[in-house]
Amino acid sequence: MVLDEGLQRLGRAGLAVFERLGRAVLFLMQVLTGLPDLVLHLRLLVRELYSVGVLSVAIIVISGLTVGMVLGLQMYNTLIDFGAEQSLGPVVALSLVRELGPVLTALLFSGRAGSALTAEIGLMKVTDQLSVMEMMAVDPIKRVVAPRFLAGTISVPLLAAMFSAAGILGAYFVGVGLLGVDSGAFWSQMQDKVDLYEDVYNGVVKSLVFGLVATWIAVFEGYDAVPTTEGVSRATTRTVVHTAFAVLGLDFVLTALMFGG
Amino acid sequence: MNQNDNNTHGDDILVKMRGLHFGFGSRVIIDGMDIDIPRGKVTTIMGPSGTGKTTLLRLIGGQWRPSAGSVEVDGVNVHAVGRKELYRLRKRMGMMFQSGALFTHLSVFENVAYPLREHTRLSESMLRHLVLMKLQAVGLRGARDLMPAELSGGMARRVALARAVALDPMMIMYDEPFTGQDPITVGVIMQLIRLLNDSMGLTSIIVSHDVAEVSAISDQIYMISEGKVVEHGAPQSLRDSSSEWVQQFMHGLPDGPAPFHYPAPEYAADLLGTA
Repeated sequence: MVLDEGLQRLGRAGLAVFERLGRAVLFLMQVLTGLPDLVLHLRLLVRELYSVGVLSVAIIVISGLTVGMVLGLQMYNTLIDFGAEQSLGPVVALSLVRELGPVLTALLFSGRAGSALTAEIGLMKVTDQLSVMEMMAVDPIKRVVAPRFLAGTISVPLLAAMFSAAGILGAYFVGVGLLGVDSGAFWSQMQDKVDLYEDVYNGVVKSLVFGLVATWIAVFEGYDAVPTTEGVSRATTRTVVHTAFAVLGLDFVLTALMFGG
Repeated sequence: MNQNDNNTHGDDILVKMRGLHFGFGSRVIIDGMDIDIPRGKVTTIMGPSGTGKTTLLRLIGGQWRPSAGSVEVDGVNVHAVGRKELYRLRKRMGMMFQSGALFTHLSVFENVAYPLREHTRLSESMLRHLVLMKLQAVGLRGARDLMPAELSGGMARRVALARAVALDPMMIMYDEPFTGQDPITVGVIMQLIRLLNDSMGLTSIIVSHDVAEVSAISDQIYMISEGKVVEHGAPQSLRDSSSEWVQQFMHGLPDGPAPFHYPAPEYAADLLGTA
């Protein structure tokens, strides 16, 4: 009896998850069909690029810098045991460009901009701003969601590039500036070991996928939020948690596909 | 635009609801309603909270779909047409939400200009003239540069009203326009609803439970309760109604056909824990 109830509950929860996933996919289709309309409303896109992209630059650059500094310090202490401290440049660059840049940028983006997108769209729903748009014969998916979605998808790869660049500078400051690694070796080995296609290109693809998924989750959670204060609060939390799971899971899949041999 | 210009279907009834049913899951909200909204008149849908008044407006606007029955607006079955046709129809409807639902990132001027920017290609000077005319009509031309956060509740509703009539619609729906307003604001909104209806040849549908206010400005009132139309007619005929329920509602009596107590077990048994 208890087992039956447990199975039923599990089945219902499973169905609810798939039902919501289906809704999210249909929502994404609607958003994608709304993108061409943005050509006529470039001002909306520019405003959102500023809001989700430009305003995220500070947190991304500062985080990248500190991650790079820590990475430089840790890697130096490990590499010196093998007499390989001159390889600090490529080790740090590969870690950042392949993994840490795209992943941490997506997670930071979700916390700074994704949660704000969810809250903003959710509050527009609570205050009937989306309904009033519909009643004015204006599609809120085209005017509210699509520009935010595209801005987020464009911003994350650019922010990831900034994160990696700041991280490399941070590692350079610690490795070369403080610990005495040769500056020429730092840059020349990095240039030699980091491959444009294998490393940089794959990192860009990863950050593009993460940006799309993180923004998709953020705008969907906002649009699908229960229109109450508590509903928006829960949706905002879900955005950050689901994005973290999705990004980390996808990172493994993409890494296996790109570098799995 | 006068009343005749708005009549594209040659029918005196602008909105026809027939056999309307709607619910959330197993909870029935609307249980077989037939309502006619005459063209050019102010019609109020009145009833206690939670009886589906706002739901009716959302069904008329095509935002929600009934489980059975039909809603025709100007001869168009709202739920049988495609999105394009529905949007075309909505351009001829205005709606004022209870909260005003102003866009918080836009100024008063830009809020009123929003539907015009979306649906017309007017020059900036023409658009400015139109917006100022609409704001003048609601007495807020001087507030054009304020942001929604700087407005009082009554001012926000007046801006929402100016925005709702920006495209010169054939009808306008008001969702609880008087709730939570001071007497002066109530008076202003009452006057605006009647004045705009008559001067622009609109058809107005008000959803409210403010008996005195709507009685003063409505041409006809539909009383609804528990998902059904209880009675309808001119305000005076409802005041003279022999229905106990209508009398209770019109005079605000605490007990009657609509009971004071929520259904519960017998009181003494409940206290003794034997219920």
